[in-house]
Amino acid sequence: MSMIKAFAAIAAMIVMAACSSNEQQAAAPATTTVTPGSVADFRQNVGDRVFFDTDMSNIREDGRQTLNRQAEWLKKYTNYPITIEGHCDERGTREYNLALGERRANAARQYLIAQGIPAARVKTISYGKERPDPVGSDEAAWARNRRAVTELQ
Amino acid sequence: MKFSRRSTILGGAALAAGSAAPARAQLTIDMTKPSFEPVPIAIVDFSGDRVGADIAGVIRNDLQNSGLFRSISPSSFIQRDVDANAPPRFADWRGVGAAGLVVGQIQQSGGNIKVDFRLWDVVVGQQATGLSFNSQPSNWRRLAHIIADAIYKRVTGEEGYFDTRVAYVSETGPLASRVKRIAIMDQDGANNRYITDGRTIALTPRFSPTLQEIVYMAYAEDRSPPRVYLQSVDSGRRELLGNFPGMSFAPRFSPDGTKVVMSISAEGQSDIYEMDVRGRALRRLTNTPAIDTSPCYSNDGSQIVFNSDRGGSQQLYVMSAGGGGERRISFGEGRYATPVWSPRGDFIAFTKITGGSFGIGVMRTDGGGERMLANGFLVEGPTWAPNGRVLMFFRQQPNSGGRAGSVTLNQIDITGRFERPVPTPTDASDPAWSPLIPQ
Repeated sequence: MSMIKAFAAIAAMIVMAACSSNEQQAAAPATTTVTPGSVADFRQNVGDRVFFDTDMSNIREDGRQTLNRQAEWLKKYTNYPITIEGHCDERGTREYNLALGERRANAARQYLIAQGIPAARVKTISYGKERPDPVGSDEAAWARNRRAVTELQ
Repeated sequence: MKFSRRSTILGGAALAAGSAAPARAQLTIDMTKPSFEPVPIAIVDFSGDRVGADIAGVIRNDLQNSGLFRSISPSSFIQRDVDANAPPRFADWRGVGAAGLVVGQIQQSGGNIKVDFRLWDVVVGQQATGLSFNSQPSNWRRLAHIIADAIYKRVTGEEGYFDTRVAYVSETGPLASRVKRIAIMDQDGANNRYITDGRTIALTPRFSPTLQEIVYMAYAEDRSPPRVYLQSVDSGRRELLGNFPGMSFAPRFSPDGTKVVMSISAEGQSDIYEMDVRGRALRRLTNTPAIDTSPCYSNDGSQIVFNSDRGGSQQLYVMSAGGGGERRISFGEGRYATPVWSPRGDFIAFTKITGGSFGIGVMRTDGGGERMLANGFLVEGPTWAPNGRVLMFFRQQPNSGGRAGSVTLNQIDITGRFERPVPTPTDASDPAWSPLIPQ
């Protein structure tokens, strides 16, 4: 495995991640290291999502650590408005899950506000169980689907 | 789309009391009995116009799909020269095992067609019912459904449900970028059409009582919260039903069509509100930190059933239509969701999640007498046929290997019999069964 191949693979992953999630920020860095303050930097080095237990919306300990890093980063790079997407696994009904996704997004939002992020900077949107990531019908997939994702605009 | 129901045609006397009924099958069915045999029925192609065979085909399909009838194959018919205006040779029809015989004729009259049909009680040897209709030729499918409804009513004593439509969410594409658009079709799958364009996700369609409008929730093209829209079915004109800062969702019309009840989210809390459709006045009906959603009016409009997790887990509650008097009605094991009040007022259907599986069930409106009708990996979202005897819901198979499992509409009798898939051109979820189409 040559260094060049590994290098190319990493670069491709970075570009794909940027493209798939936010077209405005698609001009991802084509260098080996992500640009500090970029969307790719946020995703890769901070972590854009936190996970929840079944039917719960409280922020877990692992989520707190991620959100603490997010708050720190967002205070440093203040140019991004934020939308937090709330999501659920498929093991609930559609309408209830829309509400549950909203509750999860709001829990993450309140946590960031408590860390000093201005409330006006953070919006929420719920996708309920309509946008699973990853796609799967087992416990591992569902655990990843129960998430709040911080999207930079 | 006007139908003039001209008259009941002659010979339609009720069965003579005490008339001998020696044959095994009878032309009546008691749907409340725990078991029964489907009524064998012969439906002859209507005479007088080429569309007569199509009309007969639609009637056969409707009756057969109800599970209450067995349509006898026309290839086995003995009497081939049956006259729509004269009594048939009953012995021939008994010979093929029929309890009922449907005959009809079509006559041109001006630009319209006149369709006469008769249902013969083969067992007794008398006419059971007969009707005559005038309509535009293009309405032949609806005429067939109306005739099937008349037959269903004569045999079961219940109102029919064939002259109805179903709104649902058509689903296409991979799950990560799934296209979800609202579609409307006839109850039997015919005349499918799309009423949203699929550029954004649209969910939870519900008919107004006249079928002229639907309400649904749709996402915007920017990242603003999804909201409830009211859309005219024929013109396609749509309007936002209240511009709230948070998400609005789970809309449903009141039985008289003057109000829409829905949930609105704020700060992670979802409460139930009622909006006056004409004046757009908004009234808050619940106020708890919980998720209160999936509201549905009682058939008389006086109460609202909804689900809430205010007690810790998702359960069903009933309150007055104006708010207040909230009381829990579900006490079984598991989580209860998507309650829908029967149009005849006797039951509430719901989705129930127990352990790893989902079920569709019914309970009395006081919460007693719970019965589960269908179960599976994921079954959800029951909706009532207008006669309150049949439910439609959706059934999703597990996803596997990164691919979406199939999602289909299914129909089931409230006794739990006769589950069958309802054909749709794409994967389909969130069915909403319309009332009978106004004639």
